[in-house]
Amino acid sequence: MFGSITPDMILAILPELSLLVVLAIVFIADLVLPKERNGLLPWITAAGLAVTFVVTLLFTNPGAGAELVWGGMLRHDMLAYLGKLLFIFAAFVTTLISVKFGDVWLKGEYYFLMLASTMGMTLMAASADVVMLFLAIETTSIPLYILAGFMTGDNKSTEAGFKYLLFGAMTTAVMLYGFSLLFGFTGTTNLYAMSAAITAGSIPVPVLVGTVVLVLLGLGFKVAIFPMHFWAPDVYEGAPTPITAFLSTASKAAGFLVLIRIMLASFPQVLADWQLILGVAAVASMFVGNVVALTQKNIKRLLAYSGIAHAGYALLGVVAASELGVASVVYYLLVYVVTNLASFGIVVIVWHAVGSDEIADYSGLSRRSPMLALVMLLAFLSLAGIPPLGGFIAKVLVFAAAVEANLVWLAVLGVLNSIIGLYYYLIVLKEVYLGQPTSEEPIAVAPAHGVAIVASILLVLLLGVVIAPGFDWALAAAASLF
Amino acid sequence: MGFDILSAIVLLPILAGVVLFFLPAKNHKLIYSFALAVALVTFLLSIAVYVGFDTNGDTFQFVHKYDWLPQLGISYHVGVDGIAAPMVLLTGVVIFTGVIISQRIDDRPREFFAFLFLLASGVFGVFVALDLFALFFFYEIAVFPMYLLIAIWGWKQSREYAAMKLTLYLFIGSVIALVGVLAMYFSSGLNTFDFLALQNANFSPEFQQLWFPFVFFGFAVLGGIFPFHNWSPVGHVAAPTAVSMFHAGVLMKLGAFAALRVGIMLMPEGAQFHMWWIILLTLVNVVYGAFIAMTQTDFKFMIGYSSVSHMGLVAMGLATLNHDGLVGAGIQMVSHGVMTALFFAVVGMIYDQAHTRQILELGGMMKIMPFAGIAFIIGGLVSMGMPGFSGFVAEFPIFMGVWGDTPWIAIVAAISIAVTAAYILRAVGKVFFGEMPAALEGHMHDIKISEKLALGILCAIMIAIGIFPSVIVPMVEHGVQAVLALVGGA
Repeated sequence: MFGSITPDMILAILPELSLLVVLAIVFIADLVLPKERNGLLPWITAAGLAVTFVVTLLFTNPGAGAELVWGGMLRHDMLAYLGKLLFIFAAFVTTLISVKFGDVWLKGEYYFLMLASTMGMTLMAASADVVMLFLAIETTSIPLYILAGFMTGDNKSTEAGFKYLLFGAMTTAVMLYGFSLLFGFTGTTNLYAMSAAITAGSIPVPVLVGTVVLVLLGLGFKVAIFPMHFWAPDVYEGAPTPITAFLSTASKAAGFLVLIRIMLASFPQVLADWQLILGVAAVASMFVGNVVALTQKNIKRLLAYSGIAHAGYALLGVVAASELGVASVVYYLLVYVVTNLASFGIVVIVWHAVGSDEIADYSGLSRRSPMLALVMLLAFLSLAGIPPLGGFIAKVLVFAAAVEANLVWLAVLGVLNSIIGLYYYLIVLKEVYLGQPTSEEPIAVAPAHGVAIVASILLVLLLGVVIAPGFDWALAAAASLF
Repeated sequence: MGFDILSAIVLLPILAGVVLFFLPAKNHKLIYSFALAVALVTFLLSIAVYVGFDTNGDTFQFVHKYDWLPQLGISYHVGVDGIAAPMVLLTGVVIFTGVIISQRIDDRPREFFAFLFLLASGVFGVFVALDLFALFFFYEIAVFPMYLLIAIWGWKQSREYAAMKLTLYLFIGSVIALVGVLAMYFSSGLNTFDFLALQNANFSPEFQQLWFPFVFFGFAVLGGIFPFHNWSPVGHVAAPTAVSMFHAGVLMKLGAFAALRVGIMLMPEGAQFHMWWIILLTLVNVVYGAFIAMTQTDFKFMIGYSSVSHMGLVAMGLATLNHDGLVGAGIQMVSHGVMTALFFAVVGMIYDQAHTRQILELGGMMKIMPFAGIAFIIGGLVSMGMPGFSGFVAEFPIFMGVWGDTPWIAIVAAISIAVTAAYILRAVGKVFFGEMPAALEGHMHDIKISEKLALGILCAIMIAIGIFPSVIVPMVEHGVQAVLALVGGA
């Protein structure tokens, strides 16, 4: 089926192969290491991910080219390349902030599942065929269902895992139904071949729109946009915090990459229809996410709602459906992922010190640990979209894409939403800077956690000040779709 | 290209802010000395820009341009014209004097100065930016630290409310202006955010008429324009002294300046179309602000509202779109900036010792702190527009400019001069020459030498401009010529 295997085909899946090797090493290490040495596992995983990152970065850059490989299953292009780097980085940071987390961090399965999920995401980013896409999504999701409920002694975690599984399975089924309709009408499973079949009139427009809605329901669940957002706060709150970080960053970004690819590659014929659908979903996500976030008392729930709102902002770029639009989404995802990783890193550190995720317990953080407070300030201001941080550039880019596409109303609603967002991020920062701490004792930061948040926050700053290189990548990713 | 002095001014404070975070938190003396040294260097650099500006030279000077995001036509492009150069000096003066009088900050001074410097970098950045994206970038950097500075170090009773109100007001304004700027970018079809290129974009009249109000008001919110002025006095009152000085002295100018740069200069036809009603709003600012100031019993609120009134004059001068009005507005920005910084400094010095700002609970300060008293009186004379002081040099052309078009507005606006005289003299009479209340007896002492130095610098500028208008007028006129070339006014 594949013909002869060329070096290009190997390069296209080199990141996955590397992840597979790491996965095997962790698996074996878990078996051979004596129980009391299990503390080495996160370091083995992190080192493996670091190597994978470097290998991916150096050897798998497709440049301006884009080709379908492995019988049209995968597409080796810039969008996939960037996505893979992003997910591997997110997995790396997640591994670091897992260190010392409850008792989950000593279990080999934890890292095994996380690596498997990461591999699913890297495949999602490159999938060019609905069968491959479905398998990739399941490879991503099933380990995440387990990880969300990983703290078996904790009711909330169990609830999170179960809830995520039920809703996830249901929406995936709906999406699969959509895929089957597409295959039935067009006779192909390839995303890129589908468009040609649709143009030839193989599928009536109302049915096509209905099918697009089914697919969007499934993908909307992955990226947590209205009306498929409802699971996020509960699951984010209950899941072990490092897993929450992974869910809210890599998993969401993976969903977005699929969304961009499938919408632009397969459904250009009903562009106006899905633009309208996603435009409404974007506005609703921003408003629901931001307004509900105003009332949150728990930082993980707050970040969950803020994540829903951010998915709404990013969606503006998808709705614009232009090169600038796609580039802005990609830039947005880069920024959002590193910013949220920093934020959750801090949540983990504070949890270790005070044993709580309540916002009230962040009171006086600046007096206890000025540096930690500063990192939190930068991360939250980036989420709020204040320069010189990445979040500002990302927001300006998506709003610019909306204005360029003559969607000024969307841009206006977006900027007004960013004001609501600013308000609740400030409420948290007010607690950090104005509140009185319950104890004056400085907060100890484990080296692994320190590395994680410093690496993330430096990227946030870098993406906010030195914009051109990141945007070049984003533009190249966008160009690979048009 | 030579030494890029403007970038040095923009970057020095923010870098100093970063360095501050690595100084030991407990060593207040070291932190203060470092901050003071940085502020002094910044001040000297800003003097160098002012003195080095050639009033016979190009419109924009000290120009430097570097690629930033070339894919979207964004560059880091800096330069000053005859209107921006005095603003750079003003910022330098206020940061230096503001740091001098902040010696008493003892709660987390490291963070205080770091945020203050971040603010200063943002302000400098806006004044020197010749790229709309860069301008916007710095504008938001300048607005945000105010939240922390007021919320953390402000007056306990109202700081959280005031800080949030101020931040939300200013950000709503700025994001609306952002949408306008993006619309300009895409409508021009030039694929550039460069200010000089967009000057020749020839936006259609319909476009300008539609978008001018968004951009103008989006920025003018920060200039305290009626009916969006409400955040300003509340913010002034809650802010710590140095921040009030910065806020009223420099930050409000940022709004007026950006409204001129982006609104009037890039959409002149929109400006001409809308200015007839905007000038009425500024009239409300000027007169209403003055009357409200007169009814205040709180010293700081009084000055806060006087700022609303005086900033109204700036906006009014801009709204005339003619030579005299614009020149007056340019000078008034400097004059008011220095004057109000001085007012807030003096009020802060009194409050630190008396722990009250109620005018009726104060008195007899002239005997205790004569230097501060005299400085305040000089500020008061500037505020009233007395000849021989900078206020006259600024306000006279504004009234001339307004008189030329709509004399009745000039007449009504002139009421504010009488009202200003009334509230300033009342405050001077009670606080400095009135009888000292028994509660304060023995608690008050004279101000420090360093504080006298700060007040002395501010007074010297106001007197210098008043007696030798030629130190500033030709420079501002030089800048106004370029504006007039775009607006096509008389």
